[in-house]
Amino acid sequence: MSQVAVQTKDATPQQSVGAPKPADALQARLDALTLPKGGFTAAARADALVRLRGMGLPGPRDEYWRYTDPRPFNAAQPQPIPIAAKSPDSPLFTDLDRLVLIFVDGVFDAAASDDLSLAGLEIGTLAQADMQPDHWARGLYGTLETAGQKPVSRPFAALNTAAARDGVLIRVTGKPAKPVHILHRRASESADVIWHHVIRVEEGAELTLLETGMVGARSNGVLEVDLAKGAKLHHITAKRAGHQKLGISHLFARVEAEAQLKSFALSVNGTLMRHEGVIEIVGDDAVAHIAAAVLGDGDKGPFHHDDTVFITHAAENCESRQVFKKVLKNGAEGVFQGKILVKQGAQKTDGYQISQALLLDERSQFLAKPELEIYADDVKCSHGSTTGALDETALFYLRSRGVPKDRAIVFLVLSFLADALEEIEDEVLRGQINDRLEAWLTRRANSQ
Amino acid sequence: MLKINNLHVKLEEEDKQILNGLSLEVPAGQVHAIMGPNGSGKSTLSYVLSGRDGYEVTEGGATLDGRDLLAMEPEERAAAGLFLAFQYPVEIPGVGNMTFLRTAVNAQRKARGEEELSSGEFLKLVRAKAKDLQIDADMLKRPVNVGFSGGEKKRNEILQMAMLEPRMCIMDETDSGLDVDAMRLVADGVNALRSADRSFLVITHYQRLLNHIQPDVVHILSNGRIIKTGGPELALQVEEEGYGDILSEAG
Ligand SMILES: Nc1ncnc2c1ncn2[C@@H]1O[C@H](COP(=O)(O)OP(=O)(O)OP(=O)(O)O)[C@@H](O)[C@H]1O
Ligand SMILES: [Mg+2]
Repeated sequence: MSQVAVQTKDATPQQSVGAPKPADALQARLDALTLPKGGFTAAARADALVRLRGMGLPGPRDEYWRYTDPRPFNAAQPQPIPIAAKSPDSPLFTDLDRLVLIFVDGVFDAAASDDLSLAGLEIGTLAQADMQPDHWARGLYGTLETAGQKPVSRPFAALNTAAARDGVLIRVTGKPAKPVHILHRRASESADVIWHHVIRVEEGAELTLLETGMVGARSNGVLEVDLAKGAKLHHITAKRAGHQKLGISHLFARVEAEAQLKSFALSVNGTLMRHEGVIEIVGDDAVAHIAAAVLGDGDKGPFHHDDTVFITHAAENCESRQVFKKVLKNGAEGVFQGKILVKQGAQKTDGYQISQALLLDERSQFLAKPELEIYADDVKCSHGSTTGALDETALFYLRSRGVPKDRAIVFLVLSFLADALEEIEDEVLRGQINDRLEAWLTRRANSQ
Repeated sequence: MLKINNLHVKLEEEDKQILNGLSLEVPAGQVHAIMGPNGSGKSTLSYVLSGRDGYEVTEGGATLDGRDLLAMEPEERAAAGLFLAFQYPVEIPGVGNMTFLRTAVNAQRKARGEEELSSGEFLKLVRAKAKDLQIDADMLKRPVNVGFSGGEKKRNEILQMAMLEPRMCIMDETDSGLDVDAMRLVADGVNALRSADRSFLVITHYQRLLNHIQPDVVHILSNGRIIKTGGPELALQVEEEGYGDILSEAG
């Protein structure tokens, strides 16, 4: 074996050695896709393709992919996954008043969706809008993604910009009376779905965006969020995944002065999932919170879940929080790579990061790489990472009151996840997510 | 009701013997107190009886109403009517006091083949009992014991006891950390529960609690064994003279 190359913090990913050649692998990957030419996105797509060829697909030696094997994402096609007849969970948020957009294998289904008019926002779909040469999203599509390629390249996001087939484009100008709910459905067993959403929230405007449902055998999602001064976005994603599902997603956000971004993800199942959050706070007094609750059970096949977050503070008096909690059992693996970068001049930054894993057995593992990089002197930043087992004392306390062991464990897992769920401001939404978690935990209490 | 016979207990992980042939019997309807120096094994006894992991019974046994306690899981012991008010009640962030209590009450009822309480019935009951113990509604809404003061935690233990209506109540230093008024409340709560088919084992360091909760029998535990048993006057003797004479008398 040749020696392992020295790891560097270099922005360019190192190419892997061995067959097939990276360029061939990328070509095969692209050949398997239908690349839309694009109307208003044409230039952005062409540029993304050039950038992608420059970066290549990630290899096992990439520092940025050290804990997660990129090969299933590199493969030209995903393995088909049977479509489950019926989910054991009742669908989320259905009892709320909301505007529903339905995507089937990543393609907008107008007939099944609600009417796209809602006071306070302008909403369209990518495939439809892309038949036009111009659109309000023209200056945004792929722009935040491009900006987010530094200092670390994210090839699958560039691939997404080049190849995305559909998505939603929302411009929020007021305070719409109800949330927008993007609901994904599966139709084909082998769908390799690439969706790309662009959300622009104008000055002082607000939106709650919900994402649920099942997406493809493999999925690659990009959400670009541009928040103007004083704008607010509450984003809650709780997609379902089969046990063999492969998924990668990127959230790119630019947060201007006094704006607030609050993003929460619930993630259960899937064999290989990677979620990247790239948030740039560019205006003073802004707030960005990103949180996730992840549940993985390796009893139905491998489970590997990676959250990779990069928050940049480039303005004064801003607050960021990263709260990541993973519950792992039966050999499940969790990864967290999280960074807070405080640029020169970003004084009075309040940056907080916590990543924690609850390992329900000794075969499961959690790898965390928390990083702080600070170039301002008057800041308050903290990060912490813990890995632990169930608290035996608490377990005994609950059982001594007559709570059966399985149920007591569910209580303690919910207790462990509580801080992440607290990041969901809306009590009703939080309650529904909590119920979903509880149902999953109760169902899987006996797996081993 | 509760019979402990020649109980020998060591730590599972260490070669350390804690209980050395402890025997004790609490008949139905009686209140027994256990006093004893720090580290004599009082809490260990209460944990072993209620089924905490980490201990190994090397000899002897314990029964509740003739059933082998030590063979049961902790939740089975609870359903069988055993309750332990912890010396150090545990905080459980993220789990609401009410949710926890209702789950516990209904799990026990279910295990005993009784009908579960509806949320309306439960609420009514818990509110009434909380009021008696001067636990305000706000505390009930908070996560289990989180942010409770020491005394509030102890009162919460008694609330749980009142809701679960156990037949055999073990109270491990419930009086420590209580102010004079709270001690009264707790004692009133316990006295209200006293009945012909319910028994109490009250672990305490102080005579004061026993002024409010009159024991039938007082045991002195030292070095993992009961070294002396007597009436309420024994507690007074400990209060006045300490353990010195009793220990040397027992050799
Ligand atoms: N898990 C443990 N690991 C190590 N030592 C232990 C453990 N549990 C109990 N012990 C030891 O066993 C002895 C009895 O402890 P226990 O807590 O039962 O005493 P106690 O009578 O309740 O004391 P106190 O009056 O201080 O509450 C002590 O020496 C204690 O240090
Ligand atoms: Mg003790």
